[in-house]
Amino acid sequence: MACSATPKIVHGPLPTNSLRSAEKSDSSCKFMGPSSFFGSKSLNKKLFSVNKAVSSVGHRSAAVVAVSSDVVKEKKLKSSSSLSNLLITREEGLVLYEDMILGRAFEDMCAQMYYRGKMFGFVHLYNGQEAVSTGFIKLLKKEDCVVSTYRDHVHALSKGVPARQVMSELFGKTTGCCRGQGGSMHMFSKEHNVLGGFAFIGEGIPVATGAAFTSKYKREVFKEDCDEVTLAFFGDGTCNNGQFFECLNMAALWKLPIVFVVENNLWAIGMSHLRSTSDPEIWKKGPAFGMPGVHVDGMDVLKVREVAKEAVGRARRGEGPTLVECETYRFRGHSLADPDELRDPAEKAHYATRDPIAALKKYILENNLASEADLKAIEKKIDEELEEAVEFAEESPVPARSQLLENVFADPKGFGIGPDGRYRCEDPKFTEGTAQV
Amino acid sequence: MAAAIMQSVGATTAISSVNYKNSGYASRRSFPERKRSCLSIHCDGSLTFGMNNQNNRSAGLSTNAVASKQDNVTASTASKPGHELLLFEALREGLEEEMDRDPHVCVMGEDVGHYGGSYKVTKGLAPKYGDLRVLDTPIAENSFTGMAIGAAMTGLRPIIEGMNMGFLLLAFNQISNNCGMLHYTSGGQFKIPVVIRGPGGVGRQLGAEHSQRLESYFQSIPGIQMVACSTPYNAKGLMKAAIRSDNPVILFEHVLLYNLKGNIPDEEYVCSLEEAEMVRPGEHVTILTYSRMRYHVMQAAKTLVNKGYDPEVIDIRSLKPFDLYTIGNSVKKTHRVVIVEECMRTGGIGASLTASINENFHDYLDAPIVCLSSQDVPTPYAGTLEEWTVVQPAQIVAAVEQICK
Repeated sequence: MACSATPKIVHGPLPTNSLRSAEKSDSSCKFMGPSSFFGSKSLNKKLFSVNKAVSSVGHRSAAVVAVSSDVVKEKKLKSSSSLSNLLITREEGLVLYEDMILGRAFEDMCAQMYYRGKMFGFVHLYNGQEAVSTGFIKLLKKEDCVVSTYRDHVHALSKGVPARQVMSELFGKTTGCCRGQGGSMHMFSKEHNVLGGFAFIGEGIPVATGAAFTSKYKREVFKEDCDEVTLAFFGDGTCNNGQFFECLNMAALWKLPIVFVVENNLWAIGMSHLRSTSDPEIWKKGPAFGMPGVHVDGMDVLKVREVAKEAVGRARRGEGPTLVECETYRFRGHSLADPDELRDPAEKAHYATRDPIAALKKYILENNLASEADLKAIEKKIDEELEEAVEFAEESPVPARSQLLENVFADPKGFGIGPDGRYRCEDPKFTEGTAQV
Repeated sequence: MAAAIMQSVGATTAISSVNYKNSGYASRRSFPERKRSCLSIHCDGSLTFGMNNQNNRSAGLSTNAVASKQDNVTASTASKPGHELLLFEALREGLEEEMDRDPHVCVMGEDVGHYGGSYKVTKGLAPKYGDLRVLDTPIAENSFTGMAIGAAMTGLRPIIEGMNMGFLLLAFNQISNNCGMLHYTSGGQFKIPVVIRGPGGVGRQLGAEHSQRLESYFQSIPGIQMVACSTPYNAKGLMKAAIRSDNPVILFEHVLLYNLKGNIPDEEYVCSLEEAEMVRPGEHVTILTYSRMRYHVMQAAKTLVNKGYDPEVIDIRSLKPFDLYTIGNSVKKTHRVVIVEECMRTGGIGASLTASINENFHDYLDAPIVCLSSQDVPTPYAGTLEEWTVVQPAQIVAAVEQICK
């Protein structure tokens, strides 16, 4: 199989992380029996046989490219606990911790506010997946772009959109990042290069591909020194969608500076990934299009960060796209309207023990990067920030009627010429929002 | 193919060498006082040009196809004779001028680069501008349309070519959700200055799927503009205007009009995206049309004039939004409206236009609006059947005679 991607580390039998199970090296987690975990014995059989096939493929085909999170494990094993061998510095650790706490606390606050009737509609919370957002986005520059799905609050926050603007947007106030016009599923920020927030799965991936295309265009047509990178976040369900495959093709074809980040939390509302996907190992789909496919433990922010460094670095150097599959889990239902009755409580309990925030806290404390007090201070700071954000959102005004027609067109002449010969946008009723267009 | 088109599209032979002299058909109009210059193409190939909205008060039946000759005095002040070319070349000229003018302008589509475009609109551009500015995409309409939208959000000005407009049905997700909506849902933060263009309409036995009229499907999408070109002059002008506009614009071209010959000015000009074009001023009935049907209407007009009628023909050009000023003025003058379009009967542009005119100018109508559209039928392959699905000049003549009784 011809593959233009440079093969990196090719492993023999794939590491256990690729199996949807606990890491065998962490004896602290309980590994639930396969039958209860996956729901049925027949599915279980399928998974194990798939795994075998995969491992033999790993042996045979040099073109199956996989950088495994074993890279990180090796580092860990080799190192003593001396600071010089740690994956992060104190400063970095605190930044990561704060970002994850912000994400978690924000989403918890959303749930509270929703049930108090402050926000409406479909709200999709990110609890449990913070390692992916923090792990990737904290490596980016301001000019780099992030494209997300409807589960986008935390991506926006990690990228730097102030919590008060996101909260305000959720409350539907005019001070929201999208003036209250977007809502939970459409977080945009020109300043921080957050390109959405999309309600339909898959439709953000081409937009991300386009942002990466602009980066390449700037380099090659404008001859600018542009190394901006785009990250596209999406879920396991999206990986069965045509736009995903079409964009993998185009990105690899033109070596676009993009990283496709799959947040595989195993569930698309109530559809289990295994029930909807012929080959559930999503990272394998990268090499089929000529880019490296990487699998990483998405509940461990440090592992995600290491993989992200490599993938973002590749993109910046002009070496093209990478597909990164992050094994992660959402602690809450698909949305606040989802009763979440379908998932096995044992599965949820298992992943609860792999809470990424707890894991990072443990790492920081064990390696003496910071004290308990430092971390508590951060938590307190975030609590205050969120209180302030809610207060800000509460006190902000709702959009006035005049806002109704304002942003439909970038050039409001698009509303056309009215019977009186004037452009409709010149009609005073237009600015009042009462004009008939 | 050119010959076949010329024969079958009737009136085009008559207008094949029209001189477009004009004194700057400027598009920038934000003045409350609207001065209209009218450019009239007549069935016998001659041209009158001048200010004729208030002056033209011929009473009774017009015995002449050509409107008031005295208006000719105020003809153009353009010094150069202009140059003749085919419609697809006019499109290309407009595109090239805009690509020269602004390096952010780029083209994306299937076979636009090395192949030069399936209808040669982008011929020669890839060698000149490179493979990135004239991008040959894989066959993935939804994704490359989305890609163009992402590129537009981050600063470029892409032109998306649908090899056939029908293929853009695959891109409906991106066109509706992202193209039309993102400026609004982002609270005005991101603009989407894309142009989506391609050939549509009923051709010569191309079969149902290649003969679609997508303007009816797209018209409800908020946040987009739609225009349809019909002559080399307005093709180039609308192309340039669409590219310069910060709004997403869908430019509908017609498969059968690409080889239409016409004369266009040498100096630069841009048409207005929101204005309609007065094709033939008249008194008795307002005929509203666009794209290829304009030529069926002009052919019918020839017959009508010989029978003693004086139809006013307006090429609406802007399918969304409608130019209700031009249309309204016409309705107020003639009190009778016939709409001739190639869209399907149900939910087409004509249907919307009928509703719009009824809503705004109901008091001025002496008779119900007549809307002639294509049959609600998948365009058949057989030539005879295909002919019966679209409106033919004879039907237009009959409709006008009926409404004028």
